[in-house]
Amino acid sequence: MARKKKTDWSKDVFKVLKKADVQQIAYVPDAGHTSLIKMAIADNVIKPVSLTSEQEGVAVLSGAWLGGEAGALLMQSSGVGNVINMLGMANECRFPLLMLVTMRGEWGEFNPWQVPMGQATEGVLEASGVIVHRVDEPSEIAETVEAAAKLAFEGGRMVAVLIGQRVVGFKDWTK
Amino acid sequence: MVSKKSKTWHWSQDVHQLFKKIGIKQVAYVPDGGLAKLLERCQADKSMRSVVLTTEEEGVAQMAGAWLGGQRGVLLTQSGGVGNCINMLSMMQECRIPLLSLVSMRGEWGETFPWQVPMGQSTIPALEAAKVIVHHVDQAEKVPETVQAAAKLAFDANRAVAVVISQRISGSGSKG
Amino acid sequence: MAARRKITLDRRKVVANILKDRGDLLLVTGLGAPTWDAASVEDNPNNFYLWGGMGGAVLTGLGLALAQPQRRVLVLTGDGEMLMGVGGLATVAVQKPSNLAIGILDNQRYGETGMQETHTEHGVDLAAMASGAGFQTTSTVYNAAELKTAIPMLYNTPGPVFVDVKVTAEDQPMILPPRDGPTLKHRFRENLLGSI
Repeated sequence: MARKKKTDWSKDVFKVLKKADVQQIAYVPDAGHTSLIKMAIADNVIKPVSLTSEQEGVAVLSGAWLGGEAGALLMQSSGVGNVINMLGMANECRFPLLMLVTMRGEWGEFNPWQVPMGQATEGVLEASGVIVHRVDEPSEIAETVEAAAKLAFEGGRMVAVLIGQRVVGFKDWTK
Repeated sequence: MVSKKSKTWHWSQDVHQLFKKIGIKQVAYVPDGGLAKLLERCQADKSMRSVVLTTEEEGVAQMAGAWLGGQRGVLLTQSGGVGNCINMLSMMQECRIPLLSLVSMRGEWGETFPWQVPMGQSTIPALEAAKVIVHHVDQAEKVPETVQAAAKLAFDANRAVAVVISQRISGSGSKG
Repeated sequence: MAARRKITLDRRKVVANILKDRGDLLLVTGLGAPTWDAASVEDNPNNFYLWGGMGGAVLTGLGLALAQPQRRVLVLTGDGEMLMGVGGLATVAVQKPSNLAIGILDNQRYGETGMQETHTEHGVDLAAMASGAGFQTTSTVYNAAELKTAIPMLYNTPGPVFVDVKVTAEDQPMILPPRDGPTLKHRFRENLLGSI
């Protein structure tokens, strides 16, 4: 049941990204983004960019915008902790930036090392000048991403959609 | 030692002496103008190992390793570098590993490079979000005592602490 | 670009082999599978397991190696984790720590997030990157014979040493070591230094 929900919202989010004319999707893989990444790779138009570290994604998408293309950055909340300096460039130059962040360390988290960054994500993004939209209901994700994309590409801002850990589910170690 | 009243006094000489006194053995850094004099003293000091990093988060990890091995270290960075460390700092938080860092500010006072301003302005909030205790100092004569207090908090009370040294002191980036 | 050869080594067997005669080796493991692999051999107080701080394993090893020059330090980590901190190879190479060795368990996958391909699946050669950074001793291992040659290098060759061991991407049983950060830190230091 939970898996069906996950794929559904990914499909809807992908449609939204296509409609917003996103042509580059940069990512460090996260379980929550698996479907979205697969769809990006399979798509004929979208260029998927696999990063070694999330800050590369901020730079790539800034370059994409310079070249006339809209993009999205997919990452886990811990990755947000790697982008803060690079965000200074997007901030300074008023580059649009759309980030989809799957949350850890906040709902049923099993790994204590995820908790500090999970708890710090929202605050640190806002301190960096990023507008944050939180979403915890699968049915609301697509419309939130649509709104965020508008704010980013037409409003010219850095926007992050935080997809709650409640949505993605937590790993079951008892298998 | 040169007295504070002397024209040639620089806070780096007192801080370097303090480092020796408290047994700092590893100095990790990405070079910065504001910390250059301190760095030169540490690099010249054979009792310390100075490690040049390709990016600041390496230094956070290195400080963890040093502590595991029984040595004290210090991380020297510019404010921009703080933005590279936020995820790695969660390891210090989770494991309660001491961290002493000196952060030289840009984008804060008389800055002439606009691109430095966003990260300069978010340095302290970002550190605090990462649960690093911040001591901001904007008078040169107060730097040594602040570093001393920070070192106690770090190594005796097992915390992550950043001494944020104002651009007002270093004057970096405010010419041209 | 790295030549494509068949990958057949089982990661658990590789790690069991590497740690078989570990003596008083100090071990730092990168997050995810390398941590489970080490735990599958034994939970040893000379192990510091990273459950986070992706990209930080090698530099944690460096700090430890510099602090304990008389002890051999091994970092065992994955290709994805190494890539996230790949600049660290330059940092380490410049410091020339003779007691530090790095072993990569390279399954060419991000194991904790759905087995997505990493850059090594697409030809990125980590041993070549280490060599380019200045490591004098590097090796890429594909089979048991090559592993047999490489293991003594991890323990005895003056460092820094870099060995990239290609392993299959097969699922392995989850074996979890302690995860509590302060506990791991305390027991490592107590065991090593006699104090926390």
